[in-house]
Amino acid sequence: MPATVVTITSGKGGVGKTTATANIGVALAAGGQRVVCLDADIGLRNLDVVMGLENRIVYDLVDVVEGRCRLKQALIKDKRLPDLHLIPAAQTRDKSAVSPTDMVRLADELRPDFDWIIIDSPAGIERGFRNAIAPADRVLIITNPEVSAVRDADRIIGLIEAEEKGPAELILNRVRADMVKRGDMLGTADVLEVLAIELIGLVPEDENIVVASNRGAPAALDGNSRAGQAFRNIARRLNGEDVPFMNLDESKGFFERLARLVRPGG
Amino acid sequence: MIPPLAIKGIKDGLLITLGDGDWPEVAAGLMARLEETPDFFKGAKVILQIGSRVLGAADLGHLRDQLSDREIVLWAVLSDSGTTQTAAQSLGLEIALPQPPELEPTIDPEERGDEAMFVRRTLRSGRAVHHPGHVIVVGDVNAGAEIVAGGDVVVWGKVRGVVHAGANGDENAIICALDLAPTQLRIAGHIAISPERKGQPTPEVARIRDGRIVAEPWGK
Repeated sequence: MPATVVTITSGKGGVGKTTATANIGVALAAGGQRVVCLDADIGLRNLDVVMGLENRIVYDLVDVVEGRCRLKQALIKDKRLPDLHLIPAAQTRDKSAVSPTDMVRLADELRPDFDWIIIDSPAGIERGFRNAIAPADRVLIITNPEVSAVRDADRIIGLIEAEEKGPAELILNRVRADMVKRGDMLGTADVLEVLAIELIGLVPEDENIVVASNRGAPAALDGNSRAGQAFRNIARRLNGEDVPFMNLDESKGFFERLARLVRPGG
Repeated sequence: MIPPLAIKGIKDGLLITLGDGDWPEVAAGLMARLEETPDFFKGAKVILQIGSRVLGAADLGHLRDQLSDREIVLWAVLSDSGTTQTAAQSLGLEIALPQPPELEPTIDPEERGDEAMFVRRTLRSGRAVHHPGHVIVVGDVNAGAEIVAGGDVVVWGKVRGVVHAGANGDENAIICALDLAPTQLRIAGHIAISPERKGQPTPEVARIRDGRIVAEPWGK
């Protein structure tokens, strides 16, 4: 079956597009599916760093589009998972080096050889964003529980509806259950009330993510990371599995949770 | 063979009239024609006359991208199809050439209504609706969206964005919504910020009373 193209986008920068791309890619590939992650953030490439593949880059996306190399030559194989690949962005060019038509052509060329093509979109609503969503079959909007990030997500959803690429699905990233409980952070229901789209992922704030990104070893590889678990759940939901959302409330200690198990409702 | 198409320079830009035939072929034909003299078309503002053909936003968006790759700006799409017009508008394209205002003879109905624009969708952040008459929205008006109406504004949903009624100075204009919690309300030249809401949302109507905008529960 030809690959499904999934674009991960947000509008606002710094909400976790690249982290999500790397982790969902890793989680899908760990399940034995053939995955290529494609960095569409030309000029500000990061995905290679987060995936720990920076030092293997020879050719990039722009080299393929401009015909300086064959597509296969720009595909970097992951060092841990044999089914995971990366096509890096060019660092020395800008968004105008690639057009939406180029992206559609590139995705079509990749489709027969993979199960999933995951595209990391740049921030913003200009050319780079249009490049990233042009070939998309599914669009995942990622946002944080912050008013400004939700506002930008709303704008992006409107643009995706206008391009008839929807319905978009939502990943709510960096949720802190303790802050939501105190009323200091938007809860899942607050965000969904504004955006009114389907939720596909709920990812807790997790220090492991920073460590994992710096080491180039995505958290989805780490069985102990809660964010990693959340990204693995997103991968399963992409495959059509019905996975319940994690209970993010980790504020209670182990013994209290044990006590709760023993005395339900207590 | 390239399907026939006509190109004509008019006051607003280049008017390209596309002939009949399958859309992919016609679109490809257009591109081929543009390729013949790329320098002539570079920087051009194009008005596309596509007749009664039904096209979605994806088709039009794709065409716009192809044209912008060639540094040609797709400015307007003229069509008889309502679907195509809606799709063009959703991409921010014009759907009519600016024309001098004409007085149309109208039949005089017994109950004379006013001109209103009907929007049956949620207006998300970044969307703006400007209309000289009344505006009716069935859906929400999210924060970051904007409605500017010459007359009244009625929203069957939540108002979180900016709504301006009576924008041409009509102090009798009103704004009603099922849940009125706007970023800002404006009626004629008055501006108000909504207070923190206490309790459950109720349908409200905002109007000018004694020189200030006040919101009152519907039905009082």
